[in-house]
Amino acid sequence: MALLDIQGVTRRFGDFTAVDDVSLAVEAGEFFTLLGPSGCGKTTLLRMIAGFDLPDAGRILLNGRDLADTPPELRPVRTVFQSYALFPHMSVEGNVAFPLQMARVPAGERKARIEGALEDVRLQGLGKRYPHELSGGQKQRVAIARALVTHPTMLLLDEPLAALDAKLREDLSIELINLQKEVGIAFVYVTHDQTEALALSHRIAVMNRGRIEQLDEPSKIYGFPLTRFVADFIGHCNLFSGPVRASDGGLAVVDVEGLGPVRVATQANASASANGTVAIRPEKIRIAAEAPSDTPDNHFRGAVHDLLYMGDVTVYRVAIEGGTIVEALLANSQSGRAKFFEVGDAVDVSWPVGAGHFIAE
Amino acid sequence: MATRPSTRLGRWLVGGPPLLYLLVFFAAPTLIMVLASFRSPGEFGGLAPIVDEAGKLDLNVDSYVRFVTEPVFIRVFVKSAWYALLTTLFCLLLAYPLATLVAKSSKKYRDLLLLLVILPFWSNFLIRIYAWMIILGPNAALAKVVNGLRGLFGLEPVSLLFSGFAVLVCLVYVSLPFMVLPLYANLEKHDQALLDAAQDLGANAWQRFWRITFPLSLPGVYAGGTLVFIPALGIFAIPDILGGPEDTLIGNLIKQQFLETRDWPFGSVLSIVLTVAALVLAGAAAWIGRRGAARHA
Repeated sequence: MALLDIQGVTRRFGDFTAVDDVSLAVEAGEFFTLLGPSGCGKTTLLRMIAGFDLPDAGRILLNGRDLADTPPELRPVRTVFQSYALFPHMSVEGNVAFPLQMARVPAGERKARIEGALEDVRLQGLGKRYPHELSGGQKQRVAIARALVTHPTMLLLDEPLAALDAKLREDLSIELINLQKEVGIAFVYVTHDQTEALALSHRIAVMNRGRIEQLDEPSKIYGFPLTRFVADFIGHCNLFSGPVRASDGGLAVVDVEGLGPVRVATQANASASANGTVAIRPEKIRIAAEAPSDTPDNHFRGAVHDLLYMGDVTVYRVAIEGGTIVEALLANSQSGRAKFFEVGDAVDVSWPVGAGHFIAE
Repeated sequence: MATRPSTRLGRWLVGGPPLLYLLVFFAAPTLIMVLASFRSPGEFGGLAPIVDEAGKLDLNVDSYVRFVTEPVFIRVFVKSAWYALLTTLFCLLLAYPLATLVAKSSKKYRDLLLLLVILPFWSNFLIRIYAWMIILGPNAALAKVVNGLRGLFGLEPVSLLFSGFAVLVCLVYVSLPFMVLPLYANLEKHDQALLDAAQDLGANAWQRFWRITFPLSLPGVYAGGTLVFIPALGIFAIPDILGGPEDTLIGNLIKQQFLETRDWPFGSVLSIVLTVAALVLAGAAAWIGRRGAARHA
């Protein structure tokens, strides 16, 4: 039995359906992420798990028990809020002690529990400080310690890293992974940042317009997006759409206007659909000055239209003779060279049939 | 950093007139009053000449000695402080739910509700006090109901008017907006996420109020408390009109010294003691309020 079982949950606000018939299950000890753009319903779903909002239809079960009649204060789940929501009039210790006091943990036991929780988030010695004396990262750690100190069944995190700068976000991400492993509590993590989602999660549910578009492991989500939306939202992706011309033996050919026929390997019976999209990650596209000698299955000539130099890699946007822009990514790792091509250089882009991913429409 | 002369001139032009106004009409009279408190009362009221017939400067502390040696004056002070304290407490009890209601209501109704809170200011202060004479009068419905109920238990009828009760009711009535407004200003800024967090961490409605909302509203409570307590401490019109003979407060005493007894030095002493007491209390409230506010930064 899953720890958290969400069955056909729907939530409407007037005419707007924020969460539309969502079903999913979270296992004990899992790091589960709800990923999607703002307004996709991920926060509403999280608030319904916490109890701040109630579903219009469907059920939410925790350990097999329906939570419908349990108010937030009695649910064995804890939330880490995006704004941290630390109590400004209480010290760090006071904040962490708060849930213990509410749970009537004896005063003698509290001290050790508080110290343990602060140790878990590496904040030893800061117990006497007040929230306004802490940095953003420290506040976030206090919020996590406060949520974990009562050993909840599940921790809900609402964009907990969104307010932090990039470097700190990376550090805290690694700490979150380790912390989750250490405490063994299921995390349900809400974010709009796909990098965070891919790096942290055991499984991701990609949400769009109140529905789950795809639910899978990060590598499957990234490598084999089921829908155009997922391919586009997770990382960068070239999306070539057009009518399916031919399909046999695990190979489909899609006629893309402004590019030409694109061949792609697929398990799906592509001929069943009239139209299809080929999704190819920029890093899977080879970019070279001359056409390669081993002639891969797809290759096109064009010129560098513009480029984004990112330091470790450069993203080249190549204008194909037909007019389509193909995005290709090249690591700048070769010694002695800063980057390979300049704007206007004639280049050849190519990729094997196995590099792309076919999405039927 | 040096200031340009034109900037300095601008500052004086802007700040000068109000400063001058306060000097002439507040600081100077206060000093005159302090001086008066050390002089002797005149034979027919007012002040005796500051230089007596022997050509000696006539300054003494007789009035101060009288204040501390005659217990009746201390008793009036204590009574005034007690009335002001009760007024503040009742205002707090009434204003807190009211301010919460306004702060939690939708933006559309908030301005209307605030307008209703300050609406009484649109009619004259004395008229509002006289209105209470009618409400509390012996022939009004309220007194009839109260005395009717007392009659059922075989109790003597009482007069609601000209009593400490009437003074308190009216004090609370006129002071209430001064408690509501600062409380509202504070409560309106509270972050709902904190209450959500408290609930998420296991706090029930009462615990959320007592552990989160109330402590965070203390700066508003102190501000409102100061605005209610200090004017209530020195009020004289309400006990004059609605109070009984027992309800002489410090404000009435001061008024009597100047207008009836015509003992100006002693009236000055009472005024000074009142001002000092108010300053000390306001200072204490501001200090406590600031300490609370510092944690919100």
